[in-house]
Amino acid sequence: MTEKALIPFTLIIFLLLVPGFVVIGVYLERKVSAFIQDRMGPMEVGKWGVLQLFADLLKLLQKEDIVPKAADKWLFLIAPFVIFVAVFAGFAVVPLAPDLAGSGAAVGVFFLLTIVSVDVVGLLMAGWGSNNKFALFGAMRAVAQIVSYEIPLGLSILCVVMLTQTLDLQAISFQQGIYAVDPVYLFEMKQFGLDISAIGGFLSWNIVRNPFLLIAYVIFFIASLAECNRAPFDLPEGESELVAGFHTEYSGMRWAIFMLSEYGMMLLVSLLGAILFLGSWNTPFPNIGPLRLADWTSGEPGTWFGYLSGAFWLLGKAVFGVLVQMWARWTLPRLRVDQLMYLGWKVLTPVGLVLFFICGVWRLIGI
Amino acid sequence: MNSTVSFFYFLSFLTILSAVMVVVSRNPIHSVLYLILAFFTLSGHYILLNAQFLAAVNIIVYAGAIMVLFLFVIMFLNMKQDNEEAKTNIAKIAATIVGGTVFVILFGAYRKSAIPAFNPENFDSQVGMIENLGHILFREYLLPFELASILLLVAMVGAVMLGKREIGERHF
Repeated sequence: MTEKALIPFTLIIFLLLVPGFVVIGVYLERKVSAFIQDRMGPMEVGKWGVLQLFADLLKLLQKEDIVPKAADKWLFLIAPFVIFVAVFAGFAVVPLAPDLAGSGAAVGVFFLLTIVSVDVVGLLMAGWGSNNKFALFGAMRAVAQIVSYEIPLGLSILCVVMLTQTLDLQAISFQQGIYAVDPVYLFEMKQFGLDISAIGGFLSWNIVRNPFLLIAYVIFFIASLAECNRAPFDLPEGESELVAGFHTEYSGMRWAIFMLSEYGMMLLVSLLGAILFLGSWNTPFPNIGPLRLADWTSGEPGTWFGYLSGAFWLLGKAVFGVLVQMWARWTLPRLRVDQLMYLGWKVLTPVGLVLFFICGVWRLIGI
Repeated sequence: MNSTVSFFYFLSFLTILSAVMVVVSRNPIHSVLYLILAFFTLSGHYILLNAQFLAAVNIIVYAGAIMVLFLFVIMFLNMKQDNEEAKTNIAKIAATIVGGTVFVILFGAYRKSAIPAFNPENFDSQVGMIENLGHILFREYLLPFELASILLLVAMVGAVMLGKREIGERHF
């Protein structure tokens, strides 16, 4: 099977994966929050409450689709779909496994950054179209926040791009494991001559190839939390001040689409973080002498075992990222607007600039 | 007509339609949204020209950041009242003169410009890819590129400096 023949499959996979992830994600979020707060979480519907989300969905489907009289009708109606389409389009460039990616766009990383910008347009349409002061406040906060945090996000991504020398997500994935085309050196230092192409595992991940990328990953993670409007950066929908922020006026399925996009965005940024920093679809286990752990846990590109193990590792890392996002949400209190701007502009941006410089020097020493 | 050409005509139609709607629509917010749509379709044109990097950057810079700032400005306009003073005769005459001048300049530039011919046999379709763009920017246009990047960096650092804490001011 060639890569071209698999493109429709990736579409179907993601069409099923994203709503499927939302079902699991919402249940997981409720159970994780319950665990953190020492509660039981949903227990009534089905065994351990596993059917709770389906009950919720049934309720949302039955609800009336209310459009406020003074709202800008078209903007109000289209906004949820703009956001959802934007987020879903992002999955087009995500490589799921070796030789299994929707679009082989040479600028995959930048394409994902544009997704974030388009997302803002949808938020503004929802907030402004609702003709509600809370919604407008929420939308304006969302815009200010997303525009500010795009800078540290972009800087941390550029640190990776400087190491990988490509914007193609599939090429970045191939570099971080035993199937790399070019030889991989420990810490990406050629003069030490430690060729670890055959060892692979976590040693060839980007955060190990350049240890400063670990700090970049922290910046990326904080900025990505802000980009998906997740706590502690959920000011656009801060319940205690703005009712529900930009989606105050929405009900029923349109509100559910906002929810779907939020969880889709969480998965998307976690996937991006896993691809850029945590070795993408490569196994974390290295080959140690006769113990061929990397060979055993990842299949050759283009084989069924390769597809399955690749998707398993990538999704595993992404779900891990999502769990950390949930952990942050239920542990940290919400920031104030000025604190948010302080963190974005005066902490993350300067640190990102310094890291950018350090990564450039690292690259120069390495080659 | 092959699919690329028909897609080009579709995109061009959409671009011009949204550009016209920017001018025609009464609501400023709708204007801005149409402008974003126009930028999107322009990015589509870039993709048709195999300039993926420019397409992505176009959306990030225009549809993202500038549009968002533009929206902020519009939000501070008072949209409830009808701005009657904006429709006075002087404004109309001034707008006609400015628009006419721009049209004359564009028309003159169009008449004077020679569109370079290309040979489809040896045309390099990869010319818009990021590697080639980088080679050109960092070889032939290194100085202007670096100056522009320093300008942008100064703007960013300036924003941070403007928000600097003054002596005696509390942190939060």
